[in-house]
Amino acid sequence: MERNPLRRQLQIMRKSLFDQGYLDEQFVQLEELQDDSNPNFVEEVVTLYYRDSARLILNLEQALERKPYNFNKLDAYMHQFKGSSSSIGAKKVKAESTLFREYCKSGNGEGCMRCFQQLKKEYATLRKKLEAYFQLARQAGPMETACRPK
Amino acid sequence: MVSGNSASSSSLSMKSDEDIVNNNNNLRVLVVDDSPMIRKLHDMYLKKFGLKVQVAENGKQAVDLFHFGASFDLILMDKEMPIMDGEEATKELRTMGVTSMIVGVTSLDSPNEKQAFMEAGLDYFFTKPLTTDNISFILQELNKKNNKN
Repeated sequence: MERNPLRRQLQIMRKSLFDQGYLDEQFVQLEELQDDSNPNFVEEVVTLYYRDSARLILNLEQALERKPYNFNKLDAYMHQFKGSSSSIGAKKVKAESTLFREYCKSGNGEGCMRCFQQLKKEYATLRKKLEAYFQLARQAGPMETACRPK
Repeated sequence: MVSGNSASSSSLSMKSDEDIVNNNNNLRVLVVDDSPMIRKLHDMYLKKFGLKVQVAENGKQAVDLFHFGASFDLILMDKEMPIMDGEEATKELRTMGVTSMIVGVTSLDSPNEKQAFMEAGLDYFFTKPLTTDNISFILQELNKKNNKN
């Protein structure tokens, strides 16, 4: 049991990210790559994810403004976004990406639009939680080992 | 902690992590991907296995490296990249006579696109992102290939 109160709070926060389905096993794989010589590796990768996501979300928004929808293009952008989200273990965002792609395949424009709005919400929520998590991690100091969720 | 557990018959899986890293110290890898996030991720995965890693942002940069005399044991090649994509770069490298192991690493899900990429000259193909099991398998195959030569 972690004695340091900040560390304990961090563990609780981390566990809830997994229990509430925001993150999956891929995030643990990232944590296992982090070490003393790269103590901020996970946060650095996640920051790059935010950058990728901002670009892809903008591309999707612009594509959804053009009618009729180019479902192939929408699908291609979302495919990239799904891949990127999978790489950091962004479980809910990945699920919405999958659903969006199904709507693209069936040519359902309204479904795409609805799903995209939900995806943006999930992404914003995840980003807010991860930013709070990394801020607390910085305050708590370096972790010695990665912990797997129960 | 890394483990070569993808093929039980491999001698690599009997070795300690330190042995695995030492075994791979002379292997050079080129990661070709336009995503800074994927480049960083794969770079870290590979360094954990003791590999020397260089990165390129697109197929043209990869081809240029070989034109200028660079050599690599392994190339991890993304498919969708600006300027020159992975399929074109792979064809170009094979035409140049490059015999490095080339592994396609992409998020493609169309069987036709995957096949076309393989036929460009890949040795193997994996979905992004690579896992430690994928890398163990690749290194195992690379070591087999190097032992034959």
